[in-house]
Amino acid sequence: MIDLLTIFVLAVFVGFEVVSKVSTILHTPLMSGANAIHGVILVGAILITGSAESTLELVLGLLAVFLATVNVVGGFVVTDRMLEMFRK
Amino acid sequence: MIVQLMYLVAALCFILALKGLSSPKYARYGNFIGAFGMLVAVVTAYVHGVVHNGLWILIAVALGVVVGIPAARSVKMTAIPQMVALFNGVGGAAAALVALAEFFAVPETGVLFRLATVLTVLIGSVSFSGSVVTFLKLQELMTTRPVLLPAGQQLAIAAAVSSVALCALTMAVPNGFLLWLLAAVGLALGVLFVLPVGGADVPIAISLLNAFTGLAVAASGYVLANTLLIVAGTLVGASGTILTRLMAQAMGRSLANILFGAFKVTAVVAQGEEQRTVKSGTVEDVAILLGYANNVVVVPGYGLAVAQAQHAVRELVAQLERRGVSVSYGIHPVAGRMPGHMNVLLAEADVPYEQLKELDDVNPGITSVDVAVVVGANDVVNPGARDEPASPIYGMPIFDVDRAKSVVFMKRSMRPGFAGVDNELLYNPKTTLLFGDAKESLTKLLAAVKQL
Repeated sequence: MIDLLTIFVLAVFVGFEVVSKVSTILHTPLMSGANAIHGVILVGAILITGSAESTLELVLGLLAVFLATVNVVGGFVVTDRMLEMFRK
Repeated sequence: MIVQLMYLVAALCFILALKGLSSPKYARYGNFIGAFGMLVAVVTAYVHGVVHNGLWILIAVALGVVVGIPAARSVKMTAIPQMVALFNGVGGAAAALVALAEFFAVPETGVLFRLATVLTVLIGSVSFSGSVVTFLKLQELMTTRPVLLPAGQQLAIAAAVSSVALCALTMAVPNGFLLWLLAAVGLALGVLFVLPVGGADVPIAISLLNAFTGLAVAASGYVLANTLLIVAGTLVGASGTILTRLMAQAMGRSLANILFGAFKVTAVVAQGEEQRTVKSGTVEDVAILLGYANNVVVVPGYGLAVAQAQHAVRELVAQLERRGVSVSYGIHPVAGRMPGHMNVLLAEADVPYEQLKELDDVNPGITSVDVAVVVGANDVVNPGARDEPASPIYGMPIFDVDRAKSVVFMKRSMRPGFAGVDNELLYNPKTTLLFGDAKESLTKLLAAVKQL
């Protein structure tokens, strides 16, 4: 359990560090990109559905897989559309 | 072993993605790296972790792709903030559902596991319902003003207290019904939390909810003992918190003020009810003003984007430059509906990046500007934010266009801006109002300037 806590604390610092300096121009794409990354809950949703035994678990899990997928693909695509416009 | 390694690769990709997204040069690569990391993680989870229901999972993923990609592709650039809010909300819902499903799969476990479970369910639900309300506000399916329910503050406190109590109770007596109840209270809390947030502050609420979803995902990582979920969720939670603070700073507001400001009874200064006079001009007047100016600053706002007038404004600026007028755009950090949103919208219309100036570039030389043209903006040029401590937007940095030699204010009507605050600038004797749809006015102006 302490291992997981260590990982958590280190990740907090990395998270603070990577975005400490960012121009306002990129606030919206950065938020959108971070939004796509928390779609990683899809991994959890797949794992839970893949070992579901009861119908309730299966239904909850599949709903989570669907929603998380929307989060992931929508998030990355919309971020890319924004950033495409800065290409030059 | 190999699975952990794959997850490590994905986690590194996410860190590099956030790093890349913070720099204009590598932002797009950053996004690609993030997407690649996600692919690695998802394929690993599917190949390694799926015992059964594989086909069902593939169908659910396919459905998500079918819904998500067209939604992201077809959304207008002006509507990006609410789309991000929706994607954030479904992510939060997914986290809550994962924790619920895991609870029903393995009800007998330790205290820390239970704590992580209740936190995931609670934060995920808050993030979901809060995001839905921000979507409704930005889509203007409901009012953009702060909504103050009778006893709204008491209700919010009651919901917060009961959610904490339910968390404690569920940890003491693990019970499915209690967990569902907690989810329901979380949903109510999310709604109550976002309702009082006023129009212009909604993007900050979205950013905060985004950080919340990250934390929910991190907590779900404890539930599933999955390091990747912990790392990625925490990254988003931490970076989202920083980003929320940066956004609030750009607006000159404190986070507490944004979230709870509407609860305070704001003493609105009664301006007297008498009809105040404004000076409105014709297209020809304004064309002459612009055509013979030396130095012009255009301050665009969300109204410009709504009227789809980005191209029209670019053409007008190009025509003025052919006449030897020096023109730049003053881009407020929160112009549009999100920090940086206006830059995205103007880039879409091929406005050269060098013409976009920030507050600190424009304000020092504002007194030598002959004409400041305000198109579809309002709050970001409202002198009340600088001079009127009682104003709800007091403290927000603004373009001091009232100090320019003259101001042209293009407006659809006398309706106040997104924040619902009256603007003194409209009554300034230096100000000429040009009523009408921004795109139409700009097109007519272009024709009139060509006639000069």
